[in-house]
Order: sequence, then C-alpha cells, then structure tokens
Amino acid sequence: MDPIIETKNLTHVYSQGTPFQHTALDGVAFSAMPGEYIAVIGRTGSGKSTLIQHLNGLLKPTDGQVLFDGEDIWADQQRTHQIRFQVGLVFQYPEYQLFEETVYQDIAFGPKNMGLDKDEIDRRVRQAAHFVGLKDKTLEKSPFDLSGGQKRRVAIAGVIAMEPSVLILDEPTAGLDPAGSAKILENIRAYHEEKNACIILVSHSMEEVAREAERLVVIDHGHIPFSGAPADVFSHVAELEKMGLGVPAMTGVFARLRAMGVDVPASVYTVEQARDAVLAALQKKGGGK
Amino acid sequence: MSDIIRTENLTFRYTTEEGVAPTVLDDIDLTIQAGSFVAVLGHNGSGKSTLAKHFNAILLPSGGKVYVDGMDTVDEDRLLDIRRQIGMVFQNPDNQIVASVVEEDVAFAPENLGVPSAEIRRLVDDALKTVGMEKYARHAPHLLSGGQKQRVAIAGVLAMRPRCIVLDEPTAMLDPVGRAEVITTIRKLNRERGATVVLITHHMDEAAQADRLVIMHDGKIVRDGVPSEVFQDVEGLRSMGLEVPQPVALMYELRKSGVDVPLDTLNAEDCAAALLKLLV
Repeated sequence: MDPIIETKNLTHVYSQGTPFQHTALDGVAFSAMPGEYIAVIGRTGSGKSTLIQHLNGLLKPTDGQVLFDGEDIWADQQRTHQIRFQVGLVFQYPEYQLFEETVYQDIAFGPKNMGLDKDEIDRRVRQAAHFVGLKDKTLEKSPFDLSGGQKRRVAIAGVIAMEPSVLILDEPTAGLDPAGSAKILENIRAYHEEKNACIILVSHSMEEVAREAERLVVIDHGHIPFSGAPADVFSHVAELEKMGLGVPAMTGVFARLRAMGVDVPASVYTVEQARDAVLAALQKKGGGK
Repeated sequence: MSDIIRTENLTFRYTTEEGVAPTVLDDIDLTIQAGSFVAVLGHNGSGKSTLAKHFNAILLPSGGKVYVDGMDTVDEDRLLDIRRQIGMVFQNPDNQIVASVVEEDVAFAPENLGVPSAEIRRLVDDALKTVGMEKYARHAPHLLSGGQKQRVAIAGVLAMRPRCIVLDEPTAMLDPVGRAEVITTIRKLNRERGATVVLITHHMDEAAQADRLVIMHDGKIVRDGVPSEVFQDVEGLRSMGLEVPQPVALMYELRKSGVDVPLDTLNAEDCAAALLKLLV
C-alpha cells in the first residue's frame, strides 16, 4: 500500500534571513497510510504544529515536498485548493472559530465552499452532525448558545462534513472533562471506522494516545527520532522523559516494578493491560509454589 | 486555623434576556481554611468556575453570602481589600499578560495599588524568584513557553501579596512539562509560603496532590474530603463524568478480579509499592 500523505525531506524555516531565523522542521520524512490512526506527540515548540500545517497546504515547505496520493500538493494552484478538502484540519480550541447564525449553517460552510449541491450539502451536514452526536434540534440553534463541549463538536462536524480522507486534530480534548474527552474520541473513532479515514491526532496526553492510536510519531527539535506501535515507543522511557514527554501512568508504574526486580512486561501502557499483567504474574507466583 | 473564604447558602443564576436561567450554584456551604491546598473537580458546566469567580467578587451571589476573611463580597467599600486578598489565575496565559516585558507585567498590580517604587522592585523580584522566572525578568512574555507564561501570570498575582490564590484550570493549555512546572510552583507556594491555594482542574493527577478535594456536580458540592478517600469511590465519580487517577483505576480493576489491594494509591510510587508487596 502507498501512503496517502507523505513528506520528503521537509524543512521549514521561520523568518528566514532575519535575526529571528528558526528551523522548525529539519528534513522530516513523515508518512501516513490510508485508514491509519496515528498520534503525533512532542513538546510545545517541537515542530508538530508546523508539520501538520504542511499536510493540508497551510504552510509551504522551505525545502522538500509534501505528497498526497503520491503527488506534490504544490504542483498547481488547483491541486493545493483541492487538498484542503481532502485533508481536514481541526485546530486547537476550534470552538472559537464558529461564526454562523445556526449550527446547521456553520457545519455547511465547508461543503458549500466545495461547490456541492443543496441536497448533498444537507446529507453531509446531517451525517457529520450524527458522527459527533449532535441532535437534529441542535442544528437550528445558535452555536453561541451551546456548551463548550458541544461547540467543539460542531467545529469538528464542520470539518468532517467535507468528508476528508485524512482528518487531523490538534489537541481535540484540551480543556474538556474526562466524559467530554471520551465522547470526542469516540466520535473521531466512529468517523475513522465508518469512512476508513486516516486520523492524525496531536495530543499531550500519553494515556490518550496510548489508547487511541495504532502508531505514534514522536517529534523533537524538528526531527522524528522514532515512531512505531505504542508498546515500542513507550519502551523508550528515558529518551521520552528527556524530551519532556513522559510515558503513560501505567508504563511508569511498571518501569518502577521492573527496577525493583519484579518480572513484569515493559510494554504495558493501559489500565487493562496492567491488570492482565498483574493477574498473570500472580498466577505464575501461585503456580510456582 | 482561621477561615479565608466562607460561603453560606450560596446560590447563583445567570439572568438572560428571556428571564432567569437555570441555577448554576445551588445552596453551597463551603469553608476554606487559611493555608490549605484545596482542589475542585467537576465536569464542564458543573459550576466550579462560577464558584471561583465568587471568591474575589467577580460575581456576586444571587442568594446567600460569600465572606473573604470576614468581609462580605457585596460590600463595595471592601472590594479592593477583597481583591488584594484573593488573586486569580485563569486558563489562558495570553489573556492575562498586559506588558511587553516580564517584570513590567508582574509590576502591573502593585503599580495600580499605588505601592512605592522601591517596594515594587522588591515585590517583583521576590515574585519572579518564587516562580523560578527571575532570569527572564527582562524578556518579552510572548517569546516564553506556555508554562513560563503561566508562571509569569502567577508572579503577577503574587506581587499583590494575596493570602489566597485561586487558579482556574491553569494547566489546560500546557504540555506535560509546562503542567509540571506550574503544579510544582503551586505546591511550593502552599508549602513554603503558606499561601492558601484553590486549584480548579480537570486533571485527576493534579487534584490528587491537594490536601482536600471538593467535587462539584450540577451546582452542588457532592464530595468533600482527602483525595485518597474521595478517589476510592470509582463508580460514583465515573457516574458524574469524572475519572480517578490511573493508579487507583488499576487497583479498582484488580479488586474486581478478586485481588486484595488497597485503593488509596494515588501516584505511581505508591501503586508500584503496593504491587511489589503483592507480587514478591
């Protein structure tokens, strides 16, 4: 299978030629397969926002290429324009970007810009609202009368309504309570599964990315030092901590146990895995007597 | 210990154009002792931010009373005294920084309070040192990281020498390192300076570090106790849209599988120690 989106030797320099010159990305090779669920982790200032803004053509590479379906997204203006519908980007705190009179109109804004007909727009608005769990009667309300969590779901629906094959979300759960976070992550998963869309989730919560993503991509100082399945990535405890990232709480508990000489697996990162590992260790202990 | 904040039957409703909106705070009785570190948890919309805004008279009660160090918050003559006692820090550091140089930003409040300039110098230096930002005194705030900016915002509040600091989700916009910086600073203020701290948060691991945990649900206080006890009610908290720290969640799962483990392991150290006992 070929990647749906890929960067080759991607370099981005801000304020080039000024005293504030800063290389945010330095020869980055990033790729995502169709239907893959990826999480991007990195400290503030690591270059992860710069990377995702290249994926839908909001930023132009200083050097290197961004390919969608194997073709350079900057090949011609028409293509760059089309990419913005194919690669949907949900910014941090997207609820501040709502502006229409009704929720319906806000979600319809993207599809309208795609030049779709009225029936298709209607279908997409209703389907997108369904994905994020908004009720029909909410569609007629003003977005400004909704709660914070609901507003955020409206903003996400506005991007989903363009039916992007790659959906990028920059910290979609920031500032939400645990139940609100879980709901948003469920909505994203539903879109991922039903549309076989590629998801790129940017998050600061190691527990969240451990649970949701198939593959983690670590960004540090404009480079990708490693990427892989959560179990592999979280085995780099010391490197991650040095980058200011840390590991999920359970990985931390098990690293401590191993350091104290207890024979438990190093690849534990969720509560369920931890429970199973402890139960297995108990059984082994009982059986050995 | 004396009380710094006390609410009596505190009720609050927002009034809208259409009339009276639903009750946001419903008959709250809460006393916060001077020198304590209290965390407030609750789902979005539970009323916790509204409660915090009553602590320094940003909002006034629709019913009941709020007293700050014995002063009634509706007493306009005492407003300045109340705001000097209770400093507020909000979620977004960018909305709280007003000057283009760190030390000028920190000096903003004492300047407005008419403090003599030599004294301001001392207050600002001291505040920046307390939050570990003294090296950045001459820097431009917009070039700092989120955690650094939030520490500058805290220093700005400290420069007023408040007795109590109320922080409303101060780490929501920060990465893990920024969060740790802010939480360490808050703990230090409480332990070493004896400042009263009220921390409103969505992060269970932050709430676990407080001396006392208050849980709000639909405008009411539904739990109030030490974190290691409050977090043992795993199902109750989950039914309110909240979670427990993962080390507690693991112990809860093990108990459900019939393993006898304690439920008060709030952090990785305690959890690993309890598992070590079990497995060795």
